[in-house]
Amino acid sequence: MDAFGLDLIRRIREHPLYQLTVTRLREFYREPEAVFWVYVFPLLMTVGLGIAFRTEPVTTLVVDVVRGGNIQGVTERLRTAHEQSDQPYLRAFRFRIVENDLNIALTRLRVGKTDLVIERQAAPELDQNRTIFHFDPTRKDSLLARVVAQVALYGDHTHWIGNTSDVTQSGKGGRYIDFLIPGLVGMNLLAGGLWGIGYVAVELRVRKLLKRLLATPMRKWQFLLALLLSRFIFTVTEVVLLLLFAWLFFDVSIFGSYLAVAVLLVLGGWSFSGLGLLVASRARTLEAISGLINLVTLPMWLLSGVFFSYERFPEVLHPLIRLLPLTSFNDALRGVMLEGQCLLNLSWEIGNLILWGLVSFVLALRWFRWQ
Amino acid sequence: MAEAAYVIECRGLRKVYPGNPPVEAVCGIDFLVRRGTCVGLLGPNGAGKTTTLEILEGLLKPTDGEVRVLGGTWDSDELRLRRRIGVSLQETRLADRLTPRETLHLFRSFYGCGPSVEELLLLVGLEDKADAYIRNLSGGQKQRLAIACALVGEPELIFLDEPTTGLDPQSRRQVWSIIRNLREQGRTVVLSTHYMEEAEQLCDYVAIIDRGVVIAEGPPVSLVAELGGDHVIEIAIEQGNPDPAQIESLPGVRDVGQFRGLLQLTVTDPQLALEALLHYMRQNGVVAATLRARHASLEDVFLRLTGRTLEEETPNL
Ligand SMILES: Nc1ncnc2c1ncn2[C@@H]1O[C@H](COP(=O)(O)OP(=O)(O)OP(=O)(O)O)[C@@H](O)[C@H]1O
Ligand SMILES: [Mg+2]
Repeated sequence: MDAFGLDLIRRIREHPLYQLTVTRLREFYREPEAVFWVYVFPLLMTVGLGIAFRTEPVTTLVVDVVRGGNIQGVTERLRTAHEQSDQPYLRAFRFRIVENDLNIALTRLRVGKTDLVIERQAAPELDQNRTIFHFDPTRKDSLLARVVAQVALYGDHTHWIGNTSDVTQSGKGGRYIDFLIPGLVGMNLLAGGLWGIGYVAVELRVRKLLKRLLATPMRKWQFLLALLLSRFIFTVTEVVLLLLFAWLFFDVSIFGSYLAVAVLLVLGGWSFSGLGLLVASRARTLEAISGLINLVTLPMWLLSGVFFSYERFPEVLHPLIRLLPLTSFNDALRGVMLEGQCLLNLSWEIGNLILWGLVSFVLALRWFRWQ
Repeated sequence: MAEAAYVIECRGLRKVYPGNPPVEAVCGIDFLVRRGTCVGLLGPNGAGKTTTLEILEGLLKPTDGEVRVLGGTWDSDELRLRRRIGVSLQETRLADRLTPRETLHLFRSFYGCGPSVEELLLLVGLEDKADAYIRNLSGGQKQRLAIACALVGEPELIFLDEPTTGLDPQSRRQVWSIIRNLREQGRTVVLSTHYMEEAEQLCDYVAIIDRGVVIAEGPPVSLVAELGGDHVIEIAIEQGNPDPAQIESLPGVRDVGQFRGLLQLTVTDPQLALEALLHYMRQNGVVAATLRARHASLEDVFLRLTGRTLEEETPNL
């Protein structure tokens, strides 16, 4: 290269604009967390949401058939509906059929777990059974299931219509907002445990305040308990406000017992606090703890059914997703709030929460770095 | 338990920080502190002062060596010792949005005895700022609050790690007077500093630490006296090549050291020595850029022992 070229390169390298830009780039690439959040995280998010909202070649409709009466014929026709060649558009649908008692089936319809409930009733005046469709006209999937089921069962033979009747219910408890609120409560509780306990503990460590407190006769257990207690007070206020707000403005109500909701909130808050303490037990810097907290919370917000049901993910993943503590909490809270279940029916979820809490606390106390 | 004459006894103290390579921050320190005295650890950055103090405070485990504080050991009497000592760490950022009063109430709850919050505020002169947020305090006020926190349990033994570093001269004097008060009350104070003036002003006994070992110890006066003269003449040479051996033989001159173009003379009789020195310089064509005569200090002791000044970073071992 000639002298002029070399000189030009030198002058560019010494230019403030060049130096400032290069400095920013260096700072960025030397912080692995930043690289992760900027490059890797959006890809992971895309994969996760892509799987959840993938378009399927067939539309699955969930139908609850009420036990008792002559239902064999009905289930059989629904199951094979897509093979009926005289109705080509039926091929685009599959029915997932569940047999249930009437009241369970109706609860499932109300909370949106099923799209349609089909009941067969003896009708002596017709000399045969009458088919009753229970559906929710405010939900598209429910309407669709109603219409498609009629075609699947009776084809175009309109003379059968006299044998069917409709019962509609538009469910409080089945709206998106009803689904969302318990998820938001779970998300808040998790964030509260991780940021309110984990981040705060590391901040105290970084400021050497933890070490300073350790130099007094303060008891460690008192310190940790105070951390949990203060967090608990914030969380209770926060969640009660959220539930109150949802009730006042969106008419979201609690179908189960208030006591059961309270028990779940305490249990969830405690379990997530344990997780927060565990995540904080070794971290030495605020960058490290923020990274760890995001690493724990974001996948759960995606997978555990906060904003949309984890049923959207492939079924093989469900057992894994159910192992996550936030999934257990959300499922249990929805069970109590929307379906009015009692805690005994939710023993798996509650057991899983307790286990997470216990394991986290034991490990956190063993590993906790005081300075 | 009979009160021993020494509130701190440590022998063969060693601390190696694991790492690659491991850092030997303290390499064999023996250290005794007599009850009711103010003892200073004096040394440059990285000398091992904080490490030593934190071991004595029971916050760090020594790699090796034996530590007895107030007649007990950290392994067996932790809670009893914690109640009887007060600590101010080198860098603690107290909660920004608390007030000094709230902070002192918090610390006081751990001890269940000792002076009231009002008394403490008065003691460190923070009564005006008692209800201001800590983040709005000046550096000196924060430091005085840190000292107040160390005094909460009415401790008989107080550790202060660099209590005046980064403070302006006026704040420094305020802190000094608080520390002098403590000693007058008969309490034992162990402090670290890299200001030789501070050590001379406050301490009955000084241990000069460099690279993890004590290189000299004693009352400040006797350490300075060991230089052999109580005055120092410093000359920065601009021109000429003075011969240290010849200068040392001048009347009134005790000793000559040479550090990077700086000639340092320890002298017993400054007037006699100056006259002889100026005469020598004129005759040998030596021109001085600066020439200064002053009282000898601990700074000179350190310089003489290590060839470095206290302001310099400890070079890597
Ligand atoms: N946690 C640590 N891990 C590794 N090395 C450390 C650690 N703490 C201190 N050191 C090293 O040990 C040596 C002594 O440090 P120390 O903090 O005791 O010095 P100091 O005399 O208090 O210095 P200063 O005047 O700057 O406060 C230094 O070289 C320092 O780099
Ligand atoms: Mg230090």
